[in-house]
Amino acid sequence: MNVALAKTDMKTDTSRALSEAFANVRERLPGTGSVAEVRQRALESFEQQGLPHRRVEDWKYTDLRTSMREVLPLAAAPDEAAASRAASILKSTAVKGARQLVLVDGVYAPQLSNLGKLEKGLAIRTLRDALETGGEAVRDQLLSSKQSTDPMVSLNTAMMTDGVVIEVSEGAELAQPIQIIHIASGAVPAAMFTRSLLRVGNKAKVTLIESFVAADGAKSYQAHDALVVSVGSHARLDHVRLMEDARDAFNVSTAFVTVGAHSHFNTFNLTAGGQLSRYQAFIKFAGEHARVETNGVNLLNGTQHGDTTLFLDHAVPNGASREVFRAVLDDRGHSVFQGRIIVRPDAQKTDAKMMTRALLLSDEAEADNKPELEIFADDVTCGHGATTGALDQSLLFYLRARGLPEKEAQALLIEAFVGEAIESIVDDNLRDIAVGAARRWLAARG
Amino acid sequence: MPAVQETVDRVRQIDVDQYRYGFETDIESDKAPKGLSEDTVRFISAKKNEPAWMLEWRLEAYRRWLTMREPEWARVHYPKIDYQDYYYYSAPKRKELASLDEVDPEILKTYEKLGIPLREQEMLAGVVRPEGERRIAVDAVFDSVSVATTFQKELKQAGVIFMPISEAIREHPDLVKKYLGTVVPTSDNYFATLNSAVFSDGSFVYVPPGVRCPMELSTYFRINERNTGQFERTLIIADKGAYVSYLEGCTAPQRDENQLHAAVVELVTHDDAEIKYSTVQNWYPGNSEGKGGIYNFVTKRGDCRGHNSKISWTQVETGSAITWKYPSCILRGDNSRGEFYSIAISNGYQQVDSGTKMIHLGKNTTSRIISKGIAAGVSQNTYRGLVTAHRKATNARNFTACDSLLIGDKCGAHTVPYIEAKNSSALFEHEATTSKISEDMLFYCVQRGLSPEEAVALVVNGFVKDVLQQLPMEFAVEAQKLISISLEGSVG
Repeated sequence: MNVALAKTDMKTDTSRALSEAFANVRERLPGTGSVAEVRQRALESFEQQGLPHRRVEDWKYTDLRTSMREVLPLAAAPDEAAASRAASILKSTAVKGARQLVLVDGVYAPQLSNLGKLEKGLAIRTLRDALETGGEAVRDQLLSSKQSTDPMVSLNTAMMTDGVVIEVSEGAELAQPIQIIHIASGAVPAAMFTRSLLRVGNKAKVTLIESFVAADGAKSYQAHDALVVSVGSHARLDHVRLMEDARDAFNVSTAFVTVGAHSHFNTFNLTAGGQLSRYQAFIKFAGEHARVETNGVNLLNGTQHGDTTLFLDHAVPNGASREVFRAVLDDRGHSVFQGRIIVRPDAQKTDAKMMTRALLLSDEAEADNKPELEIFADDVTCGHGATTGALDQSLLFYLRARGLPEKEAQALLIEAFVGEAIESIVDDNLRDIAVGAARRWLAARG
Repeated sequence: MPAVQETVDRVRQIDVDQYRYGFETDIESDKAPKGLSEDTVRFISAKKNEPAWMLEWRLEAYRRWLTMREPEWARVHYPKIDYQDYYYYSAPKRKELASLDEVDPEILKTYEKLGIPLREQEMLAGVVRPEGERRIAVDAVFDSVSVATTFQKELKQAGVIFMPISEAIREHPDLVKKYLGTVVPTSDNYFATLNSAVFSDGSFVYVPPGVRCPMELSTYFRINERNTGQFERTLIIADKGAYVSYLEGCTAPQRDENQLHAAVVELVTHDDAEIKYSTVQNWYPGNSEGKGGIYNFVTKRGDCRGHNSKISWTQVETGSAITWKYPSCILRGDNSRGEFYSIAISNGYQQVDSGTKMIHLGKNTTSRIISKGIAAGVSQNTYRGLVTAHRKATNARNFTACDSLLIGDKCGAHTVPYIEAKNSSALFEHEATTSKISEDMLFYCVQRGLSPEEAVALVVNGFVKDVLQQLPMEFAVEAQKLISISLEGSVG
């Protein structure tokens, strides 16, 4: 909260390089006419703000001006070698029984994806296709992020090259989960800008899994992703996002979610990969009696920096939201959690709760929590809690006394700690997937 | 759950149009020319007969201020302040005073009306004085100068220095030089830097080692003159093993223009020392249409320099059009302790962005934050608090509870906590639910027949009450009323 001189007019080399990158590739970016105009305006908005830094309140703890040192060139379409590297990592990443939609180095890879036997009411196409030939409605929705003033969202809008557009029509209850897999596989350091859209029609039911991984031998990369979701009234969306990017990767992703009346949205994000990452979700209540559960876990060690920022906008009355967040930090890991709940003036009877806890395993780790409430309606119940601490020594002693080695005892307690967030995943399969990812992290920790 | 009628009524009693201290004292005054420049700074310094080092200090701050930008991150909105449109110095016309009897009767009357005892004999006049009744030494600051300080003789006997800071600069330059600007550096923030350049008066307190200050000390700030800014500076030092309790009150006349109040308060505690700092802030909040009122942009910070030292802030905030204030504790000494108890009530068009910072640097440091915000009318009430433990602050402990209550559907209550842990032995708890304060305490109270709500109120307010009960000012009664506002319908 200290105030000093803000150097807002100072442009960093990085942000200038980003502007140049846009100029170099703009001709190759999909979409013309109004799409190109939106891109141009988004770039201008980005240029005006530059890379977010610690004096931008929403980015207080993730200063890209100091930590994003270089701009990597836009990734080239994957060649055969890259595709085969991607194919091998895909085997271990693909969730059994799910429909895989694979993006390799930011480009849709039809040969690795599964578009066969689309269920009734399900339509899938690429972002490139939607921007070039898609109808006005889809395009508008894809570009709806233009209302956001976040500079990294603007950058994504300007540069987005590919992604998937999934439409589920009214009443369609998809039995098969959809999995969007982002694979970085390039042999040269590169940046990718992707954006996907999911429209869940009224009374429809969808399960979505997002995975971020790197193929063996992938060079350091920067992933910029956005996901635009609309959940219709009485619809249901179960969503799990697993970020297990390479340890030297950069990942800034944004989700824009609108939930309709009586809908139910259950979402979970796990951040275990990446050197520097930020996942920001903007969730807006557009209809009454909707219910949102957003849960997350940051598992970080080494010198990883992971930022999870959630923004819940209770714009209408009678909404309910629950947020459970856990961070486990080892070595010099740095976790950031910002949870903001806003209750708009007429959103009476809102019921919002948020709980964030951080577990520090090392004296060099850092946990920053900023649970924020902004309330403009008087008949609501809102609350938040936050704790930070180390592993309970008496619990550890109990387990050690029963013969468990220290690492195992720790692992057991960590799993239980993280479990509090994972438990709120409603879908059994998704919960197992999340547990699996958490165990992978624990196992890698040794 | 919406607020119950009783609460609504009580808050109504202190609504902006009920402001009782809005009268104006008609008195001739001595002013600096309007506006701000190096000359203004020199003028103030000359008026105060300051030594050269002090003037240099001010000028350096002023030059730095010119390069700074007004902060915009707080959740408050106001038209751009024209810093050239203020008088930076205004003093009641009167030459040096030899004794209290020479104080302008108009001023005495003003303080009488405000309920502040400026005459020691009045305090002593009572035929029967109840056993143990506490006496309070008062430093009365009227616009830019201190007009009277009571009980100086008695305090001197105890070794306590309590005087206007302008006098202290002349009489105890070494002490002032040693401490001034060490807690809030001149470069700290926009308003603190402005204050460093143009501060006119305020209180200076030094409590020598091992001394428990024999009475409560208090400063009463009054802005009277039109278009003046008040920039007071308070510096309190508790040397090893010392203890002092200090109270601060503020009011201003009703005017249509906004007036600026940018104070700086610095506290220093050495080993085993304790400072208890209480504020009842009741500046004019503006009228019911949001016109006028004081801009209260204050920097308050305490430095627990010594081991086992303690600083406790208690504040009751009911006034000001805009409040921007974060009384903080730097817990530098091992085993030091910081506390912050706050009740902020906003009505009408008031905007409050207030909270605290607990900065844990030493080992085994503990802090506690209890904050209660009540918003009514179309006001906005924000709690903003930082708790941070640095790498070497092993075993840092913090407990934070902040509750807000909204009365009506046009106001807003916000909570913005920043919780930063940089070592694994730090244990931080932050909660915004009233039921979790301490299950044991609540159970104890409930078991003895209190309703859960009464029990919560008792637990939260138990900390605040003992300080508030001792407030000498008439509005202590009001503060009491505020405290008793129940916690029902609270939101985090």
